[in-house]
Amino acid sequence: MPPEIRSLTYAQAIREAFAQLLASDPRVFVIGQGLWSPWYAGTSLQGIDKEFGRDRVLDSPVSENAVTGAAVGAALAGMRPIVFHPRMDFMLLAVDPIVNQAANWAYMFAGRTSVPIVIRAVINRGGEQAAQHSQALQAMFTHVPGLKVVMPSTPHDAKGLLVAAVNDGNPVLYIDDRWLYEEVGDVPTAEYAVEIGTAAVRRSGGQVTIVATSFMAPQATRAATALEADGIDAEVIDLRSIKPWDRACVVESVHKTRRLVVADAAWRTCGVAAEIAATIATDCFDTLVAPVARVCLPDAPAPMSASLESAYYVGADDISAAAREVCSYRRWHGVSRPVR
Amino acid sequence: MPADAAVLRRLYVTMLRIRLFEERVAQLVEAGEIRCPCHLCIGQEAIAAGVCAALATTDYVWGGHRSHGHYIAKGGELPALMAELYGRETGCAGGRGGSMHLIAPEVGILGTVPLVAATIPLAVGTALASKLRRDQRISVSFFGDGATEEGHFHESLNLAALYRLPVIFVCENNFYASHMGLLERRAVDQLEQAGHVHGVSSWRVDGNAADLMYDGAMAAVARARAGEGPTLLVCDTYRWRGHVGPSWDEDVGVKRKDELHAWLDQDPIAALGRRLAALGIPDEELAREKTLVRTEIESSVQFARESPRPDPKGVASHVFGLAKHAP
Repeated sequence: MPPEIRSLTYAQAIREAFAQLLASDPRVFVIGQGLWSPWYAGTSLQGIDKEFGRDRVLDSPVSENAVTGAAVGAALAGMRPIVFHPRMDFMLLAVDPIVNQAANWAYMFAGRTSVPIVIRAVINRGGEQAAQHSQALQAMFTHVPGLKVVMPSTPHDAKGLLVAAVNDGNPVLYIDDRWLYEEVGDVPTAEYAVEIGTAAVRRSGGQVTIVATSFMAPQATRAATALEADGIDAEVIDLRSIKPWDRACVVESVHKTRRLVVADAAWRTCGVAAEIAATIATDCFDTLVAPVARVCLPDAPAPMSASLESAYYVGADDISAAAREVCSYRRWHGVSRPVR
Repeated sequence: MPADAAVLRRLYVTMLRIRLFEERVAQLVEAGEIRCPCHLCIGQEAIAAGVCAALATTDYVWGGHRSHGHYIAKGGELPALMAELYGRETGCAGGRGGSMHLIAPEVGILGTVPLVAATIPLAVGTALASKLRRDQRISVSFFGDGATEEGHFHESLNLAALYRLPVIFVCENNFYASHMGLLERRAVDQLEQAGHVHGVSSWRVDGNAADLMYDGAMAAVARARAGEGPTLLVCDTYRWRGHVGPSWDEDVGVKRKDELHAWLDQDPIAALGRRLAALGIPDEELAREKTLVRTEIESSVQFARESPRPDPKGVASHVFGLAKHAP
């Protein structure tokens, strides 16, 4: 008997989900660019075409729009396609089938049908790849009714959320980040689902809530460790599911800590962090003792040169700095201003 | 096998149902009873009728903004269609879609939507599903000449040819995309060439000749069922009415009067009626068909008028499908 739980990398966990879904459900097939290539998906899909056959794992022409549209059609015919976009940037060529078609379909036809499609988009930044190979576009798609958006940060969730996405019966955008591929964690051997719409509290704390998405979730845990040395007790919530997101979990935490930092490694304006900040400003108005802080990317395209990249990307240090600022905030004579 | 008298008669009735339905819709739009944008296919009926007569009920049909004809030809229910145009809960899309969003899954119509060319890749997708399942179903994509200017039309032809999919691309070339004539939009008017460069068998057909449409569709269906891959049918026809609504367009200077009148003389229904008369089918029989169709249409109007509008409380329901599709 294989062990019920063992350690896998994030990339291995994704691959295991694909393999188990392909093995257990004849309706599942995979289509997209780079599926027969040794490098497009890293180890996250290695050898999957050989294991399940190239009629069910279709490396596609360079036609994001038609390929994604074909998957929408196949889903409407009762299949369970997973579309693979090796860079999220490339997926922008498929916005019509994702936004106009898949997301609207159930509503346009009063729920007589739905589109059980999973679109896997990979964020693959750094390495001086610059503006068109680095974008994290979760906010654009989160904006659209009819789409669900998930961003796992651990090997456990990478597997469980992919299984949940395929079984959901609606269009789900599954976004993984190559910067997470070597993260190691416990993963059950069996097929299992992580419920879409549920966050995970990664660390309990009483003084500040840090809500983080995807790559920023392990960064937040690292930040919390650093904050502990400063006597700041942070609670870390890994959002996991961007839409629907676990509002109750975040509200409950902020009611306890009274302070919030949101970390999302994507553009700031109208981003996921903005949505959470606005919601908490409403739901927890009487509780908050400091303004909500956001840790995001600057409103600029991804740069190339390493010196610019290090100025551009955010991580644990930015999160801990934001948490310190939030925790040092004091009201003064009824006028809000930070204490120096 | 070429269309025999029984098939021709069936085509005639289908075309009549489309024509009379849409003429009634035109009146109801003018009367203000129907308010959603309606794109009429009056004058183009032979294409939908000829192609759908060559299909099985389980075959898939995809359409666009001008798809009343496809819905009717494939066997969709008239009351649900009329009620949808009226924005009623009993409409085929529950009053969420209107004329540009029709659905009849029971006869293989999984949705017609107005984004130009959008359903072409979706048809490739149902064909891909059929190939993976080996279920022998065929997919048909209906679209206008304007759709051939979209990139995903070309992407889809390549994909279908590459995977040898059982899909038939039916271009209803009515020479207009909204107000723009074909040669105002393209340097080359030989639309079938698009198929050739992608390795898709492509034929040009007289889209106003129902029998030729049927024959062409039967040949394409035979290829698809035999695993020989996709076919592109470019069918020349003419849109009698305006891009949208019941007007004839002459008043706004979009259409040329001479051109319109030349096409009116090539009325596909009148032509097929003469053919049936020559085959010895008495006029009275065709007149009786017409009466039956009118009665059917009036009862669909009645049904629509008596149906309730959707409950405002449901404005945000159906954003997601209810069913958690079990594996």
